[in-house]
Order: sequence, then C-alpha cells, then structure tokens
Amino acid sequence: MTSEMDLARADIGAYLARYQAKELLRFVAVGSVDDGKSTLIGRLLHDTGMVYEDQLAAVKRATQMEGEEIDFSLFTDGLRAEREQGITIDVAYRYFTTDARKFIIADTPGHVQYTRNMVTGASTADVALILIDARLGVLQQTRRHAYIASLLGIPHFTVCVNKMDLVGYDAAVFARIRAELETFTAGLGFRSVSFVPISALKGSNVVAKSEHTPWYDGPTVLELLETLPVGQTYRLEHFRLPVQFVIRPNLDYRGFAGQIASGVVKPGDEVMVLPSGKRSRVRSVDTFDGPLEEAFAPQSVCVRLEDEIDCSRGDMLVHPGDLPLVERRFDAHVVWMSERPLDPDKTYLLKHSTQSVRAQVDHVRWRKDLETLDEVPAATLELNDIGRLALSTHRALFFDPYRDDRHTGAFVLIDSLTNDTVAAGMIIGPADGSTDQALDEAMKELRAGSGLTPKTQVSPRERFERMGQRGAVVWLVGRPGSGRWSLAYALERRLFDLGRTATVVDPSGEDLRSMLSAAKAGADAGLVTVCAFPTYRRADRKALREKVGSERLVVVYVNTDPELCRERRPDADVDAFEPPEHPDVVVALDQVRLDEAAETILDVLGQRRQFVRER
Amino acid sequence: MTSPETLLSRRLSHLQLLEAESIHILREAAAEFDRPVMLYSIGKDSSVMLRLALKAFAPKGASLGAQVGRALPFPLMHINTTWKFREMISFRDQTVRELGLDFIEHINRDGVKANINPFDQGSNEYTGIMKTVALKQGLDQHGFDCAFGGARRDEERSRAKERVYSFRDRHHQWDPKNQRPELWSLYNGRIRKGESVRVFPLSNWTELDVWLYVLVEQIPVVPLYFAAERPVVMRDGAWIMVDDERMRLEPGEEPVMKRVRFRTLGCYPLSGAIESDATTVEDIIQEMLLTKVSERQGRLIDHDQDGSMELKKREGYF
Repeated sequence: MTSEMDLARADIGAYLARYQAKELLRFVAVGSVDDGKSTLIGRLLHDTGMVYEDQLAAVKRATQMEGEEIDFSLFTDGLRAEREQGITIDVAYRYFTTDARKFIIADTPGHVQYTRNMVTGASTADVALILIDARLGVLQQTRRHAYIASLLGIPHFTVCVNKMDLVGYDAAVFARIRAELETFTAGLGFRSVSFVPISALKGSNVVAKSEHTPWYDGPTVLELLETLPVGQTYRLEHFRLPVQFVIRPNLDYRGFAGQIASGVVKPGDEVMVLPSGKRSRVRSVDTFDGPLEEAFAPQSVCVRLEDEIDCSRGDMLVHPGDLPLVERRFDAHVVWMSERPLDPDKTYLLKHSTQSVRAQVDHVRWRKDLETLDEVPAATLELNDIGRLALSTHRALFFDPYRDDRHTGAFVLIDSLTNDTVAAGMIIGPADGSTDQALDEAMKELRAGSGLTPKTQVSPRERFERMGQRGAVVWLVGRPGSGRWSLAYALERRLFDLGRTATVVDPSGEDLRSMLSAAKAGADAGLVTVCAFPTYRRADRKALREKVGSERLVVVYVNTDPELCRERRPDADVDAFEPPEHPDVVVALDQVRLDEAAETILDVLGQRRQFVRER
Repeated sequence: MTSPETLLSRRLSHLQLLEAESIHILREAAAEFDRPVMLYSIGKDSSVMLRLALKAFAPKGASLGAQVGRALPFPLMHINTTWKFREMISFRDQTVRELGLDFIEHINRDGVKANINPFDQGSNEYTGIMKTVALKQGLDQHGFDCAFGGARRDEERSRAKERVYSFRDRHHQWDPKNQRPELWSLYNGRIRKGESVRVFPLSNWTELDVWLYVLVEQIPVVPLYFAAERPVVMRDGAWIMVDDERMRLEPGEEPVMKRVRFRTLGCYPLSGAIESDATTVEDIIQEMLLTKVSERQGRLIDHDQDGSMELKKREGYF
C-alpha cells in the first residue's frame, strides 16, 4: 500500500487512473477458529493498511489488551452472538485493496456443520484459500474443503500451512503436507494448486516474506492473490443473455435488459429467443452511456431487436447456431441448506438464471459421505449433505453444464411453503447423459408439455405437519367371534376423542381386494384407517402388507380364547384361522377390556411416531 | 462506464464489474417485487444508487422517443427526521425536479407533535422514533414490499454478514441467525403478505469505490461534503454545525467559523464535521486515503454501545 499512498499524496489524478483500472479478485477463505483463519484475514487487512485507527482502538477495547499484542481475529468477528460464542457462524464479506488489485473475501467457517456457509462463499470465488494447522497436517476436513471447492468450480486452490512457528518452521513438515494433499487434489480439476508455509500470528509469508523459511522460494499469500488470474469464471464464447426486465418507456422503444451470462453480442448478430425459438437481429446494444459496438459477459446491457417478437423475463437470448442445452430432466449436484430435509415427494420451486419453475426430485442417486468422501445410497438429503439428484421441471430450462459455465449451470431450490432457499444446485447434464443436442430436439423439448409426472403436490410430510399424524392402517386379525369389529370402533372413538382423524373401513359385503384399496386410500390421505375385514389366511395378510407397506401397517392379533370364539360364532369355522407370524400387537379380549386393548394399540402407534400423543 | 481498454481486452475493471452487478440487482428486485421503493437518504451512497438505477432502467435511447416515460419503475422515499441539513433538503428537491422522479417524503408526525428532538432525547431514542419508526410507518402506509437501500458491507462489522436481499418479517425485523443463503447471483425474493425485503445494491462497494464512481460519473453530491467556512461548535470531540436557529447551545458554547466538511450526512446536530481543505472529489479521495479514521466515526449514533448498529438493525433500522 505504501508506494501507492505516496502516489496518492503526490499525484491524486495518476493514482485514481491506476486505481480505476484495477481488477477484482474474489476469494473464499475457509477454516475454523482453531486454524487461525480470522487471524490470517485480520493480518491481511492490517498489513495492507485497511484498518483505521478507530477500528484498531475498538478491537483493543474489546480485548482489553491495550498495549499488548493485537488479537487480529477481532477485526473480522462481526455479529454480537458470534463474539459471545467466540466463533464465526456465517459468511462474512470483507474488502481490501493493494497496489495490484481489489479483493473481496468471503470469510466462511470450516466445520462440517457449516458446509452450507462454505458453499455459499465458494459460489462466486475465483480462488479458494484454505488453512491447515501445521501441527495436525492434512485432516479429513482438508479433503472435504478441497472437494467442495472443486464441486463449486473454483479454478484456483491455495493452501496455507499455518502455525509454522509452532513446528519450528520445519521444511519437512511442510513438504509432507504438500505431498499428501497434492496426491488428493490431482484428480479434482483445479487449474492451479499452491502451498504457502505461513504463520498468521507472526505475519510470516502472509504479506512479507519470512526470514524463518529460507527453504521456501515461492510467493507469499498476498503475492499469490495478486497474481492468480481473475475473471476466468466468465466465458467469452457462447452468448447467453437471460432477460431480466423489459424496458418500454414509450411505444417506440422495447429493450430486453439483462446481465450477459457468457459470450459477446454485437449489433447485426442473428439471435434466437428461447423458449419461443423466434429469430431476429440485434438492432442495438444500449446502455445509459450510449450504444455499444459490442458487449460481453458480465456487462449489464439492454438489447433491442429488429423485429417485434415476443420476449419477456425468464426468456434467454442466444445465437441460433450455439444453443444451450434445453431439458426438462437433468441430473445435478445439490447441497442441502435447510434444517428441513429434502422431501422427495414434494414439489419445489427452482430458480435458474431469471426463471423460476416448479421442480420435483425423481431420484436421489447418492449422497456424499463427507467423512470418507464416498458416494453412499440415500433416500433423502439433510442439512449440509451433498448429493446427486435426478430432477424434472415443469418447463424446460436452458442451461450449460455447471463445469462449463457457473452462471448458466447453477440454480437454487426454494420451499414454496416457507419461501426459504433450501438448496444450491449445479447441473451436471441431461438425465440420459447426452450432451449433444440437435436444434430440432431442443425445439421439441421447448414445445413439450410439463416434465413433471402429474402427481400429488402435497407430500406425506406436509400432511403430517397439517394433521399432526401420519396416515396408517390398523388391521385387526383374529378368529371369527374374537371381537375385532367392536375393538375397531372403540379404537376409532378413542382416536377421535384424542383429536385424531381416524376412520373404520366398513365391510358391507365388499371383497378383500376392494377393502385393501380403501384402506390404502385412507392412509394416503393421512387418516388412521382401521379395518377388521376377515383375513384368516397368511396369504391374505401378505397381500395386505404388499398393498399398504410395512412402515405404516399395524397388524393387531386379537387373540381371544378360541373356545369363547366358538361359543359366540357357532356357525363359523374357527379352526380354519391361521394365526399371524409377526403381529405388531397382541390383545386377548377375554383378558382385557376394550378400552385397555385400544390403549395398547395407541401406544404402538405412538412409538411408531404415527402421531405425537400429547397434543 | 465503458472505456476503449475495456472493449479491447474484454475485461471489466473492478468498478465496471461492481456497476454491472448492482444494475443486475436493481433489475432483479424491480422485476420480482410488486411494490418496490428506493430509500433515498440524500447522501453520496444514495446519489450513486440513484445513478445506478437510472442506468438500469433508462438507456439513453429511451429519452429519444416522442413520449418520455418515467425514469424509474419505482418511487423514491425520503424519511425526513426534520433535523436534516438545509442544504440536503434543497439538494434533494432539485434532484427530484431535474430527473422527474416520483417522490415521497415521510415524516413521523406523532414524533413531531411530541417534540422529539436530538437534544432532549438520547441519540438512541431520537433515532428510534424519528428514523426507525418513521421508516416502518412509511413502508406500511404505502404497502412497499421491497426497499432499496444504499448500505455497504464495509461500513461496519455487523454489516459484513448482511445479505444483498435482507429479509424482514411483518414487524420489519431482521434475524441475523435466520438469513436466506445467497449463492451466485440468484436472489430469492419470495415473501408472504406483510413481509418485505431490504435490497442493498451497493453491498460490495467500498467507500473509496463510491467516491471514485462519483468522480468518474460526475455525479452531483450535496455541497456539505466539500470544505467550506461553516459555523460550528466543538461537542464530544466533534465539530457540530449550527445549521439553523433550533441548535441549542450549551452554556459557554460560541459558534466559530471553521473550514470543515462532512464524511457522512445525517441529522445536523448528530453529524460530526472534520477540518479539511478538500474542495473537489479528488481532494476528498486523497484526504480519505491518507486519513486513519473510518467514516462512521463521524456518526454519533454508532458509538452508544459496542454492537449498537446490529441492535438497531434487529429493530428495523436500515
């Protein structure tokens, strides 16, 4: 900063000309408190002259360490709650400038429970800066950070081996860590991987070169940040302009405003509007400062076309010979960001570029075990989980695979009930794995109907939240005359009194097949469905289990004394009954009263979490 | 903000990149919300935000047509505490007139009736009633569901974690523990009735960026930012300007003429001036680069207690 300060003092005009031309580098700094990340950032800010005297005084006040060594981490630990807990829990953005560049730091925590925060910070970064405690070496956490950085498409990966002062600036420690991690990162697709031995606390190799590491001839952290290439996340090929806003100040002017996601556009270019497929030519590329001879990503512009064709927010302008993929079914890497797990039966809103569409999960292909980095089978994704999903959308999306373009390949999922952003997604490609798409295929996809299979948009989870219970079938099995129906109605009454929604499927001369269908329909609707239709044979009960599903079926064996049954139903063949092998509940109505038997069944429902009893 | 070098290299400078991103944010929010409003505070950040909005919605070609439409698809609203510098108000009125903007002024009339002022009340209580409550009143009265503000993340530590889209509940409150994740440039503007979002297009700008943009774009700013002879008194270590006859002088206080300017503008009895000779934007930038004190130092409301800005924000202050 000093040489520039001299210039600012001597010739402010020259300084400003230089400042104005500076490039911007965004990096994400990942690490936990123990790694010394806050100290590193505080050190960068302090040593580049970005800390004012009053801020310094405030930090000193906060530490009550006036006169002693400054706690650099306090320049960055922002929120009151965090200062009290002494940890960084969210993504914080910080800014500093050097002679060479301007920087935006996304400061994110490193623990596995903050994976979503790291992903957020990483989404816009050119460089990932991670910290390793030299004493601890390469941890599982380190590999996880490298994996996430590569998943988010960050081109450059920089590893700060911190606390070198505590290992006596031992070159061997550094070399060992470097060798171990290089093996791991080799397959992750980074454009560059760098290692720097530092001590954030002492300032070694952060801004100034350290005299303690004569064996290290590479750049300092700041030198790296000042020289790594920037702007590589925007492509200058493949023109894509997602239309944000139609500017129509008067009858003669209609401009399509948006930020160019990739590529270059010029007046005279032939363009196509997606999804209509209509073509026209660019009449002018306008800005407040006047028309441009050409515009490129990521400029915000307003494009006018030669012809009056339909185009509105959510549409995309592209060159006709260079289309993005057009699909309603695709696979994506998804990071789950909500406390509420992914509900595969639910319809979410998907926001991609400037369009929002309904989307459903067709399949959870795998979940990443963040400890072993293995792909494991999963039925859902929970907070901080990373997985691969097959998704369908109501309308076709126009996208490029995320690994080719971070701007047209990214999306977020929004819960349409709570309006929370619940997941971040990175499109891998079409579900069938193809990446070549002929124009007529794309057009067919654009004109096709919804990609969603018509199905209920109310998921079992949502029903549970509304009704306070899950749908279930309670099937009473027993000999003729065992008292099944009396117990069924007693149970229905008891459930009703508890505020539950229950029903007894009345037999009235139906056959077993229709009874099973009725019971299943009731359970699907979220009802506790009680039935005592005769299922004397094991084969009948097998059909029942298959139809309803074991997880929501409670088989109650009403094991009333066979002698008593014979007395009650002399007409029936009591001995033809085949007792169930694995009933969930057994009650004998010659030994307990009806209400006691009902209570026993309620207990089982409660244990199964069909509902919360104390409501 | 395009230069020949840019076009040749197809590379944007940091300022051009910030401009393009801010325009994207303004357009996105204007498209997704039903009733957006721009909170206009008359300061330099508001001036820059206003220029960015003009850039987002009014390409020059637009004014060539026969009928000139509205410059912006939303109105501006100023929350007037009635204690602003006189020069701020005249600058505001001139800006609105010259640009042909839809403009709303909101004053907390109950506060005025109760004679709430920065002298009798502590700055916390005064700000609460005349700014925070007034802002909520203004937003509720017009049913605005989105309010653009000129706040930057570099202003204060608690702002470093603020989102570009800052969600507020029915009571306009902000919950720092319950913010929506914000990735790439995909903003989630979904809200229920009564809820709202504060949108900060200048989130990633620094104070230096703002001044540089003022310089490059030749954006008019309130003259109070430039040094001039002004009547001031020294109070709590800061020069306070005696802007009108309502200024209450303590016993023994005598206004003196000093060559001063303001780094931030607000209510005159609460805005500290610095002694300065900076009369041009270049001078201001030079002075800022060589100074060792942050701009919020001049804002008396931040110093009541550590973390005070965060508390105010939870309550609905900008």
